[in-house]
Amino acid sequence: MSEAFRDRIDITLTVNGEPVEARVASGQHLTDFLRLELGLTGAHASCEHGVCGACTVEVDGAPIRGCLMLAPQADGAEVWTVEGLTDTAAIQDLQEAFVAKNALQCGFCTPGMLVAAKDLLSRGGIPSRQEIREHMSGNYCRCTGYEAIVDAVETVAQARAGRGAA
Amino acid sequence: MTIEFGNPDRPNSYIGKTVPRPNAGRLVQGRGRYVDDIVLPRMVHVAFVRSPFAHARITGIDAGEAKSVKGVLRVFTGKDIAEVCTPWVAVLAHLKGLKSPPEYPIAVDRACWVGEPVAAVVATSRAAAEDGSALIDVDYDPLPVVTDMMSALDADTPVLHEDMGDNLAFRRLHEAGDVEAAFKSAHKVVSTRFRTARHTGVTLEPRSILADWNPAEGQLTAYHATQAPHMIQTVLAEHLGVPEGRVRVICGDVGGSYGIKVHVYPDEVATAAIAKIMARPVKFVADRLESFTTDIHARDHEIEARIAVEEDGSITAMDVDDWTAIGAYSVYPRTSAIEGNQVVNLCGGPYDFKNYRAQTTVVFQNKTPTCQYRAVGHPIAVAITEGLVDQAAAELGMDPVEIRRRNMFRDDAYPVTSPANMRFEALSHHASMNKLMDLMDYDGLRAEQAELRKSGIHRGIGIASFIELTNPSPFMYGIGGARISAQDGCTVRMDPDGSLVALSGVTEQGQGTEAMLSQIVAEGVGVSPDKVRVITGDTQVTPYGGGTWASRGAGIGGEAALQSARALRESILTVAAAMLQTEQSRLDIRDGQVVDTATGESRMPLEEIGRIVYFRGDTLPKGLPRELVQTRHFITSDYPFAFTNGVQASYLEVDIETGVVKLLKHWCVEDCGRIINPQLVDEQIRGGIVQGVGGALFEEIHYDGDGQLLNGSMADYLVPMAAEMPDMVVGHVETPTKESLLGAKGAGEAGTAGAPAAVMNAINDALRPRGAQITEMPFTPERILRALGVLKD
Repeated sequence: MSEAFRDRIDITLTVNGEPVEARVASGQHLTDFLRLELGLTGAHASCEHGVCGACTVEVDGAPIRGCLMLAPQADGAEVWTVEGLTDTAAIQDLQEAFVAKNALQCGFCTPGMLVAAKDLLSRGGIPSRQEIREHMSGNYCRCTGYEAIVDAVETVAQARAGRGAA
Repeated sequence: MTIEFGNPDRPNSYIGKTVPRPNAGRLVQGRGRYVDDIVLPRMVHVAFVRSPFAHARITGIDAGEAKSVKGVLRVFTGKDIAEVCTPWVAVLAHLKGLKSPPEYPIAVDRACWVGEPVAAVVATSRAAAEDGSALIDVDYDPLPVVTDMMSALDADTPVLHEDMGDNLAFRRLHEAGDVEAAFKSAHKVVSTRFRTARHTGVTLEPRSILADWNPAEGQLTAYHATQAPHMIQTVLAEHLGVPEGRVRVICGDVGGSYGIKVHVYPDEVATAAIAKIMARPVKFVADRLESFTTDIHARDHEIEARIAVEEDGSITAMDVDDWTAIGAYSVYPRTSAIEGNQVVNLCGGPYDFKNYRAQTTVVFQNKTPTCQYRAVGHPIAVAITEGLVDQAAAELGMDPVEIRRRNMFRDDAYPVTSPANMRFEALSHHASMNKLMDLMDYDGLRAEQAELRKSGIHRGIGIASFIELTNPSPFMYGIGGARISAQDGCTVRMDPDGSLVALSGVTEQGQGTEAMLSQIVAEGVGVSPDKVRVITGDTQVTPYGGGTWASRGAGIGGEAALQSARALRESILTVAAAMLQTEQSRLDIRDGQVVDTATGESRMPLEEIGRIVYFRGDTLPKGLPRELVQTRHFITSDYPFAFTNGVQASYLEVDIETGVVKLLKHWCVEDCGRIINPQLVDEQIRGGIVQGVGGALFEEIHYDGDGQLLNGSMADYLVPMAAEMPDMVVGHVETPTKESLLGAKGAGEAGTAGAPAAVMNAINDALRPRGAQITEMPFTPERILRALGVLKD
């Protein structure tokens, strides 16, 4: 790591609705910042090169790979992790559907999956199964084979659209 | 003692029903506790310097610059660690001739694969430890490398481990009947060369351990992402010179295993050794490149195989020559000879024939060690068998389903012994095939396929029957000298409020072990599953057991849970009978209440028994047994292994212009014995299928001729993504094993066992009119275009 990465930078941001001020190493990525500095261990470090999606969190309303964003880049941002989305019940129906459909096994990919699914569902309407599959393809799961995840997202989309039951 | 499993309306009928997983709610809220989530006081981090050479002598290590990095505390070489940790040799006595040299946690004077640890840097943060490791200056003297499997035993190939004499790790030949005579007199002989690619598991949670040595207590505690806590306890104790009773392995949430986390890894043992030296908690979590270069690999096989058939399709003989290269060392303690051994044991599995020869040749090479990964050996054996059967059917002009029906063991033929000497208690190949035909509308699909072919659309239907080995007895590892328990235990306890705690030796990696145990205990005692708290994965707390592998959780751990629950039920009723002054046989427990068996009338809630036993024992007759904790263990004894069976089908389309395969649908009918939780079983099958499909279409670790791993990232090593996977239809036939009251055989690997063969046969079914055939996995667009003759260079 070059010396530049060691420089420490002051940042101010909102995480899960709470104000956060911190002095971070300029080379620390957002996932490590959330996990190591704030104790928010819901987002997971897995591939750390932006492929698997296990670290997906919401930054300014969009799903973001926490491993591809440096903590200093989050200065001024509004960040939501699975912990905050749980506390505010923003994805409660999605979480219940994941449990009901057994759309998780080991659970390591799940927080990222939920953020990705939230993004798709926020667009409204009822996406087709293939659209759900395409949208969720940035998030790897090695346990489920994906079908139950597609089922869960589809169920919530239908329920939110007022057709079918959650 | 019987349970009317056939009656879904029986009291407490939780076995056989979909009930929620107790741990799922926690995981969807991000409240899981994986090893990397644990932070201990004074904890430090270790990063490893790894060999950039496939084979090199280590002539010097200069840590001077690394030690100057802020936060770096210590640097350890192989020699430093060897002073507190003995090396291991991964052989098993019953795998005759298996050899492997001593392996150290950190290479001492020679590195044998790219990624082998050569030094460790300990620092106050992982980032500082990584900074430090980048500055360690290691002098290497490169040595000749062995990378090619098929020439590993040639006279002019260098010998990787001089002390071993040659590069042969293990060879086993099995022969039954008169194979040569059968081939000579056969109506048709079909020969094919198969290849399965080197895979790895790609658990999303990388391998992780947090080891803490407390010298004041003389105890080592390891928080470890593992499938076999007691096995790890034994290994750490033995090699670190700590009494076994002073090693505690705690296995909390584990982010995927699939067999990857059932082995002993040098860097993890080194982490424990460093904790012992430094007397403080040390954490190691592999990064993704380390995962690719040091998690076990598997399935690297090349096979020449042939099958002899009569005019009516009867199989008369099979002959299999299997080769596999296992990397630089046999992996401890399960060894790397098991996969090849399984290929010998499992080829031809579903079929009734007499003449069988199979040989596996297991060689060393300068690559990452291979070992057991989900469905060990099965995907290979099933691909060989089902590939040959399909080709024979094509040669005979026979339908692939028909040739299977003519050869599968009859459903009423059991018990039988296969030509590989595997003993089958009871399987259901024909019933499973019949169910599959109905589920998929086989005839309708064939008609659709023929119709589309007229318009140049190449669709294929692939069938793969399979057997799956589960519930191993000590014949798998114990008889070979490995301290890996085939037995498992469960303790069930009733607390004063009438709730239950079940402690089990099998572990949870997401498959739903804890849900399965909770519903068995609930039914066994007579409460609802939400009254049962399940605790797994703590060697100081749970009964000693083997853990979770070889699909043994339900079959072995589940039976121990049922037996202990039933024993607790008896204990509770003994107390209840005394309190109610009635005969025990007149009482039952239903939904947390002691009831009159005949009328179902409630006599007393379990809380009342708890209150009396724990707080007013004075009111019970003196000497009345009041043991509200019961433990039972279970081990299979009639058969060395249970076997499950099933059949899969793949329906897909091959684009003959681009070579791209589009999966349209996948079916699996399987017989895992008693189904405890239908949803969890189906999800095991689905997840397993997709892992198998990964091997068929995408997954392949590439090395160059110098032993450099070329695709050590998730961007380069492809695994299935949601968009490419089909919906899957899962059906069941239930043939419970009679070895246990529960009758469960296991369901964790069936999907992976059969899926690659089904996909292969479907692709070849699609390509057959073009005269092309492909048997080298993964079936990439390039390989398909080569098979079609489109690509020639």
